[in-house]
Amino acid sequence: MKESYKDPRIVADSDDISRAIRRLSHQILENLKGAENLVLLGIPSRGVPLAHRISQNIADIEGTAIPVGSLDVTLFRDDLKLRPAKTLERTELPPEGIDGKVVVLVDDVLYSGRTIRAALDALNEFGRPTIVQLAVLVDRGHRELPIRADYVGKNLPTSQAEKVFVEISELDGQDQIVISHNELKNP
Amino acid sequence: MTEILITRVRPYGEECVDIRIVGERIAEIGSSLEAGNALVVNGQDRVALPSFVDLHTHLREPGREDAETIATGSRAAAKGGFSAVFAMANTSPVADSAGVVEQVWRIGKEVGYVDVFPIGAVTVGIAGERLAELGAMANSAAHVRVFSDDGNCVSDPLLMRRALEYVKTFGGVIAQHAQEPRLTEGAQMNESELSSSLGLAGWPAVAEEAIIARDILLASHVNSRLHICHVSTAGSVDLIRWAKNRGVDVTAEVTPHHLLLTQELATGYDPVYKVNPPLRAESDVMALRAGLADGTIDIVATDHAPHPHEAKDCEWNAAAFGMLGLETALGAVVLSMSQLPEWDWRTLSDRMSATPALIGQALDHGRPIAVGEPANIVIVDTQVEKVIDPSEFASISRNSPYRAMTLPTSISDVFFRGRHVVRAGAVVEIGEVNSYD
Amino acid sequence: MKHLISIEDLSRDDAIKILDTAERLDALTEQGAKKLPTLRGRTVVNLFYEDSTRTRLSFELAAKRLSADVITFSAKGSSVSKGESLKDTALTLQSMGADAVVVRHHASGAAHQLAHTGWIDAGIINAGDGTHEHPTQALLDSYTLRGALTKDRGEALGAGLDGINVGIVGDVLHSRVARSNIRLLHKLGAHVVVIGPPTLMPVGIDKWPCEVRYDIDGALPSLDAIMMLRVQQERMNGSFFPSPEEYSRMFGLNRSRASRLPHHAIVLHPGPMNRGMEITAEVADSHRSVITQQVANGVTVRMAVLYLLVGGDSID
Repeated sequence: MKESYKDPRIVADSDDISRAIRRLSHQILENLKGAENLVLLGIPSRGVPLAHRISQNIADIEGTAIPVGSLDVTLFRDDLKLRPAKTLERTELPPEGIDGKVVVLVDDVLYSGRTIRAALDALNEFGRPTIVQLAVLVDRGHRELPIRADYVGKNLPTSQAEKVFVEISELDGQDQIVISHNELKNP
Repeated sequence: MTEILITRVRPYGEECVDIRIVGERIAEIGSSLEAGNALVVNGQDRVALPSFVDLHTHLREPGREDAETIATGSRAAAKGGFSAVFAMANTSPVADSAGVVEQVWRIGKEVGYVDVFPIGAVTVGIAGERLAELGAMANSAAHVRVFSDDGNCVSDPLLMRRALEYVKTFGGVIAQHAQEPRLTEGAQMNESELSSSLGLAGWPAVAEEAIIARDILLASHVNSRLHICHVSTAGSVDLIRWAKNRGVDVTAEVTPHHLLLTQELATGYDPVYKVNPPLRAESDVMALRAGLADGTIDIVATDHAPHPHEAKDCEWNAAAFGMLGLETALGAVVLSMSQLPEWDWRTLSDRMSATPALIGQALDHGRPIAVGEPANIVIVDTQVEKVIDPSEFASISRNSPYRAMTLPTSISDVFFRGRHVVRAGAVVEIGEVNSYD
Repeated sequence: MKHLISIEDLSRDDAIKILDTAERLDALTEQGAKKLPTLRGRTVVNLFYEDSTRTRLSFELAAKRLSADVITFSAKGSSVSKGESLKDTALTLQSMGADAVVVRHHASGAAHQLAHTGWIDAGIINAGDGTHEHPTQALLDSYTLRGALTKDRGEALGAGLDGINVGIVGDVLHSRVARSNIRLLHKLGAHVVVIGPPTLMPVGIDKWPCEVRYDIDGALPSLDAIMMLRVQQERMNGSFFPSPEEYSRMFGLNRSRASRLPHHAIVLHPGPMNRGMEITAEVADSHRSVITQQVANGVTVRMAVLYLLVGGDSID
């Protein structure tokens, strides 16, 4: 897979990522003063395994099982007309739902903010959480909307000519963050 | 009297000669003839043939002058190398009386590019119920000898029998459009797996063959002549071959489009390919070519069917049936037949000039290129290929299935009764015919 | 994919993608999302030249649930009028800025013409053209089959209908639903048996990817699903069968025949039904019948098609 990158720079390896996720999990617990009413919703594709890892970490720390779900936001995006219609991913909310819950959205990269804006619209259709927060593994800047992450694994200033690729072992076989100039095969 | 010397042409593609035309006749054929007072036309070593005779054309006048008129149809025919056309009767009013056929005949004469022979309807209004005044039409100034309800089939067997008997009075012939109506109600294209797939109602081959079989037997029984219009199926060719072997006096025609095009063209639902009888299968095309080559099918006839734009610019079911044919006839025939071993310019000339003239009794046409014969000659450039552009047609209409196709040969000059009516592929205005500046 | 005119336009993967998209949409609906903003600002025109409340409403609902603006044009155009209505209407819709046109017309090939003559730029969805095709019906039928015959929802994603035996019974000759279904079911790997009297079988069906039988009883025990097509009583006047009673006796799905289907087998019907003719009321309302699911699935599948055709930039 690495052969398809152009001039790649590895900016985080597997250990870096584990530490970042552990730190995110601690921050969430500290900020929310515990795991009560917490629901993690990963945004497909890579937000979902990340959400599962955070949930596992929290289980290790606090001993509580945090419900994890997935929220595909494709149909709620405002920039659909820019490319061919994308395949839809899985949306599966945990059985207890999101009404009255503290929902932490989990995604791999925060960039323009449009995905998160779509996620907020999507959440409206499914229920009414009391609080919505955002945890991302990477914040690469260049926001186009007033959206910020509550929990950031790594701040990565980039230029718009660059592309950030987060590889997660559940999907890509290994954990690393790569900056390069062209496309991975599984976006 | 006008004198024209055509230099260096090859009649029937054979030896190169000069041909002198004096008035309306061929006066001399030889090599290196003296020009004298004659206007000289350089034949450029091209092929010269007796100009063609179309036994099946729709000129649409009277009634549908938005699609074609006798004037524009005559010009289209001349451009296609024809000097005589037989105009079908399904006009509006129908040509079922002496009055209408004389009108068509007179206009054709006045226009003056080709001889127009009106065809008379078999039944009043081509409605298939009672005989039209065939005798009156035969004895009119138009001297009608060919009768047809084309567009419709004379489907009532008793009526067909009577018609076949009656025309013996004056040596006429009934030209049948073979289509059993009950088997083809609402039909849109050839009945086949393709029509089923496309969801278009089918026109089964048997609807043509059943009528041909019946009419062959009727013609034999009453000892009359029969002509079959636009034969389109292999089974029809077999029936006609059988009939001729038994001595039945039957003749048959095939259109250029049935020699070249197949039903697969219907796949894009483009109504320019919608025609009656429909385009059929590859095996039918092969049988038709073999039949034309061995003489089972006697002649080529275009079934030139002009339609205005709106009649074809709509969904298939709503579109009219028919294709243009006069200006592309030679090219289509050459493209489809030239590979066959038994096919040469003599054979083509027989199928496109001599025999149609014989069947239609057009005495001055289809004559050989020989001294004393009427000067109805077409010169063909066989070295060229043309990409067909209907916007260049002399016809008012544009519904040609050959649009953007490349066809071999082009008509360069046509002499009609000694008059040079087509020069370098272009129709000459009648006032300027035979004036050379 | 810009247009959906015929099942022939779709590869197996394309078809499965549509079914999977519908699957995802169903999941969203079940979890509470009734309205999606996906086609906000797009105009979808329903151009219906034939009466059809059921299909028209289904498309209308599908477009509205995706927040599109919907215009419905019910035109009973005379088939004699040389189709000026079709071209002129297309030009009008073009100047109004339609993004997608859902068209149902009595002439086979009408949808193809709208997509290819250049009269109009919009994405064209064929909602039934003459006796040619009705692709979204076939898609919703396959979606229903896949859902009913696959144990768990999750298993269905990415799957076709491989190895499933489907019977299609009735007037295949005049049925665009039959044509689309035979093509799609074959594409998805199902084995299709077409059943009916020879008079209602199209010429050349022996070349189609299906088995042909003239008797229904022998076929029943091996079917996983049976699809009953509407048979119009008026066909009797074209001598396709002697009487509705004889048709019903020989090919109708009644209680006795339904009981000879395998235990798990389901009954489909594209509607509207001629209760008592091709299917009895009893069977139509029985536990085997998935007819109401077909209707519900129709909306979802049409949402999927609208999204895939018009939701993104249509240039592939």
